[in-house]
Amino acid sequence: MPTIGVKRSLLFQELGRTYTDEEFDQLCFDYGLELDKIEPIPDSTDVEYKVEIPANRYDILCLEGLSRALNIFLQKAELPKFTLSNQKSIRMKILPNTQRIRPFVVGAVLRNVSFTPDSYNSFIKLQDKLHQNLCRNRTLVAIGTHDLDTIQPPFIYDAREPKQIKFRSLNQQKEMQADEMLEFYAKDTHLRRYVSIIQDSDVYPVIYDSNNVVLSLPPIINGDHSKMSVKTKNVFIECTAVDLHKANTVLNTMLTMFAQYCSKPFEIEPVEVEQVDGKVIVYPNLAERFESVSVKKINQRIGINVDAQTAATLLNRMSLRATVLDADTLRVEIPVTRTDILHFCDIAEDCAVAYGFNNIVKTVPKTSCIGNQFELNRVSDLIRHSVAEAGFTEALTFTLCSCSDVAEKFGKTIENIPAVHIANPKTQEFQIGRTTLLPGLLKTIFKNQDTQPIQLFEVSDIILKDATQETGSRNERHLCALFYNRTPGFEIIHGLLDRIMTLVKIPYNESQSGNEGYYLNNQYEDSAFFPGSYAQVIVKGQNVGVIGVLHPNVIEQFGLKVPCSALEINIEPFV
Amino acid sequence: MATSKGTAASASTTEKSSSLQTEILLYLSTNNELNTWSYAKERGLDHQLVVGTIRSIESLGDVIKSEQHTSRSIGLTDEAKGLLRDGSYEYNIFQAIPADKGIEQPQLMKLPNANIGFAKAMSKGWLQVDKSSKPPMVKRKVDTVQDEVQHLLQRIHSLELTDSSAEEVVELKKRKLVEDVTINYFTVTKSAGFSTNISKPETDLTAEMLQSGSWKTANFKPKNFHAKGLLPSYGCLHPLLKVRTEYRQIFLEMGFTEMPTNNFVENSFWNFDALFTPQKHPARDVQDTFFLSDPAVTTKFPEEYLQKVKQVHATGAFGSIGYQYDWQLDETQKNVLRTHTTAVSTRMLYQLAQEKTFRPAKYFSIDKVFRNENLDSTHLAEFNQIEGLIADYNLTLGDLIGVLYQFFRKLGMTKLRFKPAYNPYTEPSMEIFSYHEGLQRWIEVGNSGMFRPEMLLPMGFSEDVSVIAWGLSLERPTMILYGINNIRDLVGPEVDLKMCRRNPICRVIPAKSEE
Repeated sequence: MPTIGVKRSLLFQELGRTYTDEEFDQLCFDYGLELDKIEPIPDSTDVEYKVEIPANRYDILCLEGLSRALNIFLQKAELPKFTLSNQKSIRMKILPNTQRIRPFVVGAVLRNVSFTPDSYNSFIKLQDKLHQNLCRNRTLVAIGTHDLDTIQPPFIYDAREPKQIKFRSLNQQKEMQADEMLEFYAKDTHLRRYVSIIQDSDVYPVIYDSNNVVLSLPPIINGDHSKMSVKTKNVFIECTAVDLHKANTVLNTMLTMFAQYCSKPFEIEPVEVEQVDGKVIVYPNLAERFESVSVKKINQRIGINVDAQTAATLLNRMSLRATVLDADTLRVEIPVTRTDILHFCDIAEDCAVAYGFNNIVKTVPKTSCIGNQFELNRVSDLIRHSVAEAGFTEALTFTLCSCSDVAEKFGKTIENIPAVHIANPKTQEFQIGRTTLLPGLLKTIFKNQDTQPIQLFEVSDIILKDATQETGSRNERHLCALFYNRTPGFEIIHGLLDRIMTLVKIPYNESQSGNEGYYLNNQYEDSAFFPGSYAQVIVKGQNVGVIGVLHPNVIEQFGLKVPCSALEINIEPFV
Repeated sequence: MATSKGTAASASTTEKSSSLQTEILLYLSTNNELNTWSYAKERGLDHQLVVGTIRSIESLGDVIKSEQHTSRSIGLTDEAKGLLRDGSYEYNIFQAIPADKGIEQPQLMKLPNANIGFAKAMSKGWLQVDKSSKPPMVKRKVDTVQDEVQHLLQRIHSLELTDSSAEEVVELKKRKLVEDVTINYFTVTKSAGFSTNISKPETDLTAEMLQSGSWKTANFKPKNFHAKGLLPSYGCLHPLLKVRTEYRQIFLEMGFTEMPTNNFVENSFWNFDALFTPQKHPARDVQDTFFLSDPAVTTKFPEEYLQKVKQVHATGAFGSIGYQYDWQLDETQKNVLRTHTTAVSTRMLYQLAQEKTFRPAKYFSIDKVFRNENLDSTHLAEFNQIEGLIADYNLTLGDLIGVLYQFFRKLGMTKLRFKPAYNPYTEPSMEIFSYHEGLQRWIEVGNSGMFRPEMLLPMGFSEDVSVIAWGLSLERPTMILYGINNIRDLVGPEVDLKMCRRNPICRVIPAKSEE
């Protein structure tokens, strides 16, 4: 969720009244915002409100949008009507090379803007917020804003080889070639994260004016030539993108928020963009969408009972202009700012928000069902209780671990272990899903080894690669138990196994063969276990796990000091 | 043999002590006070034996009480004790002389300590020596003598004479027969629980006592109720999973069916796309989600359903305008460690939608989910998600609020409020807050909402089926419940097992029902 900072004094000025912090917190809560923090502003009696905004509400990511939405919600203002001026449009032409790297551009002009230092600051901050969120750190869309009076239309949007691009970038003294410029910005704390978006391309996107002045090198940096200031009167906004829908949303958001400072408020001057195929598209597209909505369906979804007029009033308060067509039908106008409205359910929700979630009468669904447990979980719980009753303490360890936790530490190689591997771990601790519960329990003992003996167990899932499964992997529910003491106590772990087998009604198989009962098969060795102290646990002819005394190398690898016996079995056959 | 001898000896000591106990108690029953020193002297007992017996009576309980005193006195030296028994040397010399004729001196001087005795007897004028004969003869000078020394010693011994400065005592001190001594003695009186009929109490009831019936007459020492007992050897369940059991129980009581959530690896289709989460959503970023390199992708999907999901994202469908972007198959194929159990809910709902006739369903699960988050004191890369959902015809947001009140009431929470929120797959979406009486503030306890038609309709549900759902983490309420600040103190290998072993039973107490 994005958080925006607004000066309290400016906000209250826009809202036409002051609030206590508690009152404003309640207003935020009702609207679905959160007053996250109140921070002092140095050398001032004013404070900054940090307000958390829902991730799909780009129209309230700045003071202008927030105060507008709240004033409409409080019925102190109406949704403005956005219009296009009929002045002759500036033109921008897309050249074919751009299609290889960043194919779309849209743009528009704000004429005769009067910024104040505060509104100019808000204008810059909104670009940052959009870049971080909707633009996905400029990968999808990048915004360039320019002082139109310093540049000469028509503009061209091209993509050129880095060495052919040379200009003075924002706030720099010297001209640089584009490839040098990217090297330079790779060291910049703020901009370095964007460099990789285009660095490896053979061509870089670039916008020129008719005098060959570089406006911007999207998505990295603007030119210094067209730099804006608080005094800028005419603003040219361009958005280059790989996603046209998002480019339009970004452009429209910038325009609809700041057109209120134009000499003709909310009037926007369009830009004609000539596509590669010669087709000309005029931006912005500020057309509203209209939906016919059934009041009955709204009432049905929310569980309220309002008439058409009331529903219309509620929607108007949420910046959706609604008119009553008949007793059950509203015509709802979805302004260009409300890109979050995708479906009827979004309109119904806005109606519920304005009605007040906490004013809705609670009802109890009549749905009648018989509850059931998932059998594997039921059996796991029964076994967990039985092992605890046998005197063992339950541990709860992590599913993710390092490769060495299941391989090297047990004298094995990771290539022979059917583990699922994580592509993007943040630390070495989380390279794979565990294939055994042993490492987690041994690490738990490491932290608790002062008092002995330790009798520890866990019943949890491990993850195995399995090509027969849909995702190529499956969980397996394991029981692992350890006895850690000055003497290995193999007979204690062995006794626990016998006890569990009694509880799950599997008899001991004296013949040590066939598909009946259980027995221990000691014909093999395992590098994790001390030679001669290892056996496979065979249940109904299936190998379900291991039992034995851990190898001294394993003890050493986990930083332990005294011997340890272990049992680990798959308990799924007992379900 | 040495052992049995020793046992016999100690038994006889015990008997002696036991009879002395009775005597002392009888004495006290008729006398107000007992002076250990004089009591011992009077009866010719060793003072230490009397004091020891008093001590052992005291150990039986509130029978007698004693007070210690110190006294300066005079006592007989070891040599004097011989004189007390056998008479003074001078007296013995006198007695050794035949009354009529006397005795030859050398023969007389063969008696023990004759030199001292002879000198003292001479100076007292009891003897005369006839040096005319050879050897000289010693004769009595008087007919009878009194053994005054022995008499004095007797008086001192019986405490008749205690004045160390008396002339005769000073004389005896010079002869090293009497010395100054410090006596520690006790005065003993009856106490509240005085009885002459006491015996040493037994510490514990034994099988033999039950068989012999001796418990009926035996006395038992009361147990020590001021010390801790001995802990039994025991196993225990993990504190977090004890809380899980409570939540699971609540869902079962409310008629919910547990979902099979034992698949930690999920593909992006079921984890994100089927939940109408756009492919460029921040949650699908490598910064937030664990992707798998092996097995990297899933290729098997229900094809018809996949096409509908693609359509609702890319161009819109089912009354939705969709997100309008270029939906990619390879993005949906990517395997992840599931970021929420809602991926399983989605599979369950899809299965439900495939049934010929719709039947209402209530599902729940509590299981692990994974987030590639930066770790801190409240965030781990894996945690348990609790989730519940109801699918039925025409469920409303009011129904969701109602069922949340029912659910949280079972957890003891009755003051709830709901905040509008955003979630890609629910609309309306509500954050659930509960007023925490202990912390004196509203805390967020979960998320909830109605699944979007863009999620349900591609599955094949009819438009009048709604699904209401809510979710919360298991760890957070458990940390609040136990007052644990660092999640590593609750789960993972760094947990102190002593904490687990001390952890009380987990009983989440429901609030009383309304009305």
